[in-house]
Order: sequence, then structure tokens, then C-alpha cells
Amino acid sequence: MTALTNDHDLHDHDDHHHHEAEAADRYVFGFWLYIISDCLLFSTLFATYAVMGQNFANGITPKELFDLNFVAVETALLLLSSFTFGMAMLGANVENMAKTKFWLIITALLGLSFLGMEIYEFVHFSHEGATPQTSGYWTSFYSLVATHGLHVTAGLIWMFFLFIHFNRDGFSNENKIRLSCLSLFWHFLDIIWICVFSFVYLRGAM
Amino acid sequence: MVQTDLIKDPHVLTGKLHWGVIPFHDPVVAPVMFAAILGGLLLVAFVTYKKLWGYLWNEWFTSVDHKKIGIMYCIVALVMLVRGFSDAILMRTHQALSTSDTFGEGYLPPEHYDQIFTAHGVIMIFFVATPLMVGIMNVIMPLQIGARDVAYPFLNSLSFYLFLVGALLVNISLFVGEFAAVGWLAYTPLSGIEYSPGVGVDYWIWALQISGIGTTLTAVNFVATILKMRAPGMTMMKMPVFTWTTFCANVIALVIFPILTVAIAQLTLDRYLDFNFFTNDDGGNQMMWVNLIWAWGHPEVYFLVLPAFGMISEVTATFSRKRLFGYVSLIWATIAIMLLSFLVWLHHFFTMGSGASVNAFFGIMTMIIGIPTGVKLYNWIFTMYKGRVELTASMWWVIAMLITFTVGGMTGVMLSIPANDFVLHNSMFVPAHFHNVIIGGAVYGYFAGFTYWFPKATGVKLNETLGKWSVGLWFFGYFFAWVPLYYTGFDGMTRRLQYIDNPEWQLPMYIALIGVVLIAAGIGTQVVNIAWSLYKRNDPQYKDVTGDPWDAHTLEWYTTSPPQFYNFGDVPHINDRDPLLDMKQKGIAYKRPEKYSRIHMPKNTWAGPVLGLLTLPMGFGFVWHIWWMVIASVAAIFACWVKLNFERDKDYYVEVPEVEEIEGKFLKSNEGRNYYFEKNAKYYKKWKPSDQNDSTVVAK
Repeated sequence: MTALTNDHDLHDHDDHHHHEAEAADRYVFGFWLYIISDCLLFSTLFATYAVMGQNFANGITPKELFDLNFVAVETALLLLSSFTFGMAMLGANVENMAKTKFWLIITALLGLSFLGMEIYEFVHFSHEGATPQTSGYWTSFYSLVATHGLHVTAGLIWMFFLFIHFNRDGFSNENKIRLSCLSLFWHFLDIIWICVFSFVYLRGAM
Repeated sequence: MVQTDLIKDPHVLTGKLHWGVIPFHDPVVAPVMFAAILGGLLLVAFVTYKKLWGYLWNEWFTSVDHKKIGIMYCIVALVMLVRGFSDAILMRTHQALSTSDTFGEGYLPPEHYDQIFTAHGVIMIFFVATPLMVGIMNVIMPLQIGARDVAYPFLNSLSFYLFLVGALLVNISLFVGEFAAVGWLAYTPLSGIEYSPGVGVDYWIWALQISGIGTTLTAVNFVATILKMRAPGMTMMKMPVFTWTTFCANVIALVIFPILTVAIAQLTLDRYLDFNFFTNDDGGNQMMWVNLIWAWGHPEVYFLVLPAFGMISEVTATFSRKRLFGYVSLIWATIAIMLLSFLVWLHHFFTMGSGASVNAFFGIMTMIIGIPTGVKLYNWIFTMYKGRVELTASMWWVIAMLITFTVGGMTGVMLSIPANDFVLHNSMFVPAHFHNVIIGGAVYGYFAGFTYWFPKATGVKLNETLGKWSVGLWFFGYFFAWVPLYYTGFDGMTRRLQYIDNPEWQLPMYIALIGVVLIAAGIGTQVVNIAWSLYKRNDPQYKDVTGDPWDAHTLEWYTTSPPQFYNFGDVPHINDRDPLLDMKQKGIAYKRPEKYSRIHMPKNTWAGPVLGLLTLPMGFGFVWHIWWMVIASVAAIFACWVKLNFERDKDYYVEVPEVEEIEGKFLKSNEGRNYYFEKNAKYYKKWKPSDQNDSTVVAK
């Protein structure tokens, strides 16, 4: 084989479809890398929480406040939203726009309810005397849980704009990439929540 | 007092700002400020007069071309090098003057001196070393793997502007308000609101937060580029060493920069909203900051030094006229360093009191990381062994690096022994050690790479004589500046002293001052060299017409200098670790391919500069508690982001005739060249190199 074999490597290929497939592969891969960095971000927050887990500074403790039933509902909402997002992806796989949009709306509603419950919980805790300023424990609690909440918010905003994109371009290559990345993001947040549920709420309520 | 009132209760429109924060009356800063403003105005006037704004905006600022972004990184890095180095001169002159009976207490008040050593560290690491390295990576790495650009060109542009905003914030702090006076890693609780109520730490926070996010994005970008965009046939174990080290360095960055982001965000919450992460009371934990910041900070130094190792490897192989000795061992050494770099952070605070077992673990890990580093040194030495070494300026940098870095590595092993560290902790020995490895290892490596790849980036070779002078001046300057400080460190002198009350340290301080003058001359020579060489750009002695001025082995030399916007007319199939050498031996290098195909390229975009630079008012607003400015900037960023998202038409094709015309000229300039192994055919017959089975040997 000579060195000058004109291999049509992926990134300067003429073929439109080939180029699109390559772009999808490249962007989704990059999003995985972003998720790695986000994982580290959450790990740092979890580590902080582990270090400060007992620093109540004579303030109120989580045991007095956590209501596992409430958190169970939150968890159910979020896990269900992961399932409904999966349904939306199934719709996208067969390019069924109505189905995709329907399940995305359900996902968004579940996400919003989760967020609403979380905000309610934060307000409730604050009234009971557990603000981020109360103690090292509550500082680490709020920063960890709220960072997850902020990610969910970002996901919802993303979903909103994806809707506009769908209305404009349908299942274009770019929109499919967007949907795949959002799907990764949403499931990732679910996994993070499972960790929050286990390490923060279950352990805190014990 | 207006000032304290504003700190407690910022004004709605101007936040904590008032006229008193601008140092009109400071004898050191005011002249610099006026000179900077004057210089800036002159520059703007010049660009306007020459009608260059359109050109700069279209060809540079909005460019997504990795080569141009890389060059912009390098320019900013060199400007910041001058800024950071002036801090070094200030410190050395001040300490020399503050030990003497004749001069008394020096000329810098403590609060100013503290800002200077903080700014020096922050600038040199974040705004000189990092961008110089990222700049060189940007220019060279995609070329080495035969890519047309990085994986996400827009993201690359955005990263650059986020970094630029960080650099701008540090510079603004010199003239508006103050910079942090807490050391480059802003240890808590000193950096908390209680002990540092001013805006200095806030400048530190936002400069690092914004540029740090840029570095994370760069890491995502480069890892994806290397894993997804290599030329056909280039397997991982056929990648050039510099690409390998770039890869490992960016994996490190991808994993550690989120830690920095979180740690800084936590400090921000502590300072702005009275959270209790690192406070003294209410259940805060100060040592958590030190752990987090070094869990980022120690891998960070390997992030800085690994690419330098890659540059040294490329330069050594090219100018030893041999293949690199022990490619596989060098790659595994790089991977080992990458992994071990996460397991040594605690050696920065053995004195914290973690107990003997923990200290022993981290001490041993630190010693172990010296082993793969040692492997690399032998790789380079054995590459030179029996090679036909050409002592060019970049090779001089390599030799300066081998000597200086080895000394620094050995003092590092001394510090890695916890019992030793209890004696040396916080003494001048520590700065002497890390300057020894960062200057000797990373910076000399960057300069070797800079000299080596300068013709690739610009089409102009640097002047060899001036280059060698700067190596000499740096080399001796370094040892003059820091050997005396090793000594005073042993003798008990602590770091960051604004006043030195031991007259015995006067002589060492004077010697160190001579060193810093020598280094200043070295930097001056480099600046002159760049200016002179660019001035002589059309002189045949300086101009690089072949695209391969050093007769090298790797793919970046297989295109014009500077490369076309599309990099390669045709990307060859890679069959060898040294693809260009392989093609030269087979007699197929620089030959016209059967056919060219059209090339798919990204378009320039306004979004990088606009989105990136909007974080400047955001950061500034946060620093001074000007909330309307923060809200407006964030809203503008969001709006721009949405606009960008709904844009179409982001790419275009370069058609075949255009490619043919450009490539035709280039290939002509390479006709009838004689490569080094042909010129010295006798020598290469005798020699059986290469640990690769699939490649032809450099012999006829």
C-alpha cells in the first residue's frame, strides 16, 4: 500500500450522509467527555458532603427534617421521567414526531414537578431553621442537592429549545444529535439523583 | 470612611467602586498604569490608522482555525510572561534591598508585596505556562494527526476568549482595586471574607473560574480530536509522542478542572453568601480547601509538564537524526505519570497532621512518580546516543532542560520524604524546587517546541544565534537566581518574606538578583529574536519554503508553512510511527496524489469572541458587586447562545480546483530535495534502528 492511497477519511468525505454520521458520532462522543467532567464535579460535591456530614455546629440535624416519603415521591418522579425520555427516544428512532413530542412533554412535566417539590423542600427546611448558613452540614447539603437541581433546570430549558428546533427542522441530523445528548444528560442526572437519595437522604434520615 | 461603607453596603449602580480604588498615587503602579493606557491607545490608533479592524475581526478574532487560535494563545502568553516576569523582578529587587543595612526595608509595603507574589504565581501558571502550551498544542496537534481542525472549532474559539477574560481580569485588578494578597492558591481561611474583605480575592476567583472553564472545554475538545479525528491508519501506538502527551495532559485536565471549578464556587459561596465550607466556625473545614485545591493543583503541574516532555521528544528525535529511542516505554511512562499524578497531592501538606501512614503513602507515591519521569530522561539521552546530533537552538533548550530538570527532580525526591518535608515545609527550598522543575522542565520544553515549530506556525525560522544566547542566559540565570535560595531555604528562610532580618542572607539575595537580570536578558533576547526574524521573513535564510525546514519525521511537516486553512491537500494513509520519514524513505513524500477531493470546513463565527468577552463584564460585576451588570451580562450571554443555536449555514466546501492550485505550488517547492539519510548515506547504512517490525529501516 502506498502512503498516498487516497483514503477518504471521515472528516473530509464528500458523501453527505457519511459526513452526518461522523458528526453525530463526534458530537455525542464529546458529550460523553463532558459528562465525565460533570461526574467529577459531582464527586467533588459528594466528597465535600462526606467531609462535612457531621458538622452540625449545634444547629438542626437532617434527622429532624428529612421526610423519606416526600423524597420517595421526588425520586419516583425523576426515575419515571427517565423512562418517559426513553419512550421519546423510541419515538425518535422511528422518526415519529408526535410520539417523541408527547413523551418529551410528559418528561418535562415530571421534571418540573420534581423541581417544584425540591424548591418546596428547600423553602420548608429554611423555615425550620436549616439554611445554607446554618452549619457546615447544611452548606454542603444545599450545594450538592441544588447543583443537581440546577442541572435539571438546565435540562428543562434545553428541552424547551429542542421543541422549537423540532418545530423548525423536524428530525434533522442536528436535532437528532441534540436529542441524543439531552437523553444522555437526563439519564446521567437520574444516576446522580440515586446517589443523592442514597448518600444524603437515606443516610441522613437514619 | 467611604471605603468600608461601600464594602458592607455596595452602591446600586457602582457597587463597591469609587475613585479611591484607582492607584493614582502609588509610585510603582501609577506610571505602569499610564504607560499601559498610553500604549493601548497607541495600539488602537495604529490599528485604526492602518484600517486593520476589519482584517483582524474577519481573519483572526472570529476565526475558528486552530492554527490562528493557537497563535493568539501564544501572543497573549508572551505578553503575560512580561507581566509575570516584572513581578519576579520586583520581588527579587525588593528582597535584595530589604536585607541590607544601607537600603533598609526595601520599597514595597507588605500588602503590595503580598499581591505581587500572588499575581506572579497566578499569572505564570494560568496565563503564561498554560496558554503557551495550549497554544502550541492547538497549532501542532491537529497537524500531527492529519486532521483539518479540532473536533469542535467553535468551542476552541470560546475557550480562548474565556482564557483571555481571565487574563484581562488579572490585569484590570492592577489598575482598579487590588489583587489577592493570599498566595497563588488562596488558602482558607485567609482568603475568606473575614480575613480578606477586599476585592482582591474576588478578582482571583473570577479570573480563575472563567479561564478554568475554558480549560475544561479545551480538554473535551482535544481528547475528542485525538480519539476521533486521526488520519486513516494512525493507530494509537502510531501517534506522535507530542500528540500522546497532549492526550494524557488533556485527560488530566478533563478530570481535575471540575474540582477547581467546584472548589472556587464553594469559596465564592462562602464569600458572597456566608456559606460555611471553609470558615473557622459553624462547622466549616479549612483543610478541605487545601485538599481540594491540591487534588486539582498537583495533577495540574503534570498537565503542564507532560506536553513539554512531548515537545522535547519530538525535538530530540528530529535533531538526533534518529527515531526516538523506546517509543513504547515513553508512552507507558506518560500514561503512568498521568495515573500517578492523581495520587500525590497530599505531599503539599505533610505537616497537616494526617498521621504517619497517610504521609508515608503519599511520600512513596511521590517517589514512585519519579521513576517514569526518569525513564523519559533516559529515552532522550539514548535517542541522542550514536545519533548525528545537530545542535540547533531548540536542541540547546533540550540540553538545558535535561540538566536543569534533573536537578529539580532530585530536590523533589528530597521533599517527598515526609520527615525532610517537616524541616523544609514553607521554606525557600520549596519555591526553589518547583521553579527548578517548572522552568527547567515545562518552560524550557515549551521554548524548545516554540523554536522548533515557529517556522511551521509562521513560515519563518528564528535566528539561531539569538536563540542560543537566550538559552545560555536563561540557563545560567536560572541557577544564579535559585541556587542561593535553595541555600537560604536550608538555612531556615521562609517563603513570601517581605522583610528579611538575617543579614547573612544578603549575599544570596544579591546573587539571586544577578540571576533574575540574566533571565531578563534571556527574555529580551527572545523578544528581539521574534521581532527580528519576522522582520527578515522574506530573507531566504529565514523563510521556510519547503514546509519542512528541519527535515523531520512527523506529519505536521507534510504541508506548507504556515499550513493552508484546510491543513492538508490530501491526508495520507499512515503506515508508520514516523509517517513523513516513512514516506521520504519510500520516495513518495510530497508527491501529487491521484486526485484531490473537496474539503469540508467550518465557517468563522462571531459567537466565540462575543460570548467569551461577555463574561468580562459578568466577572467584573461580580468582583465589585455591581448586580445590574452581572444580570445584564448573563442575559446577553444567554441571548447570544440561543441565537447561535438557531443559526444555520455553519460550514462550507473548498472545491478541488482551489486545492489543486495551492498544492501544486507547494509540491513544486519540494522537488529534488535531499534528505538527511541520503546526504549521510554511509552513516545510515551501518545503523539498524527502529523497534518496529512494519517499517523500513533508515538505510538504503
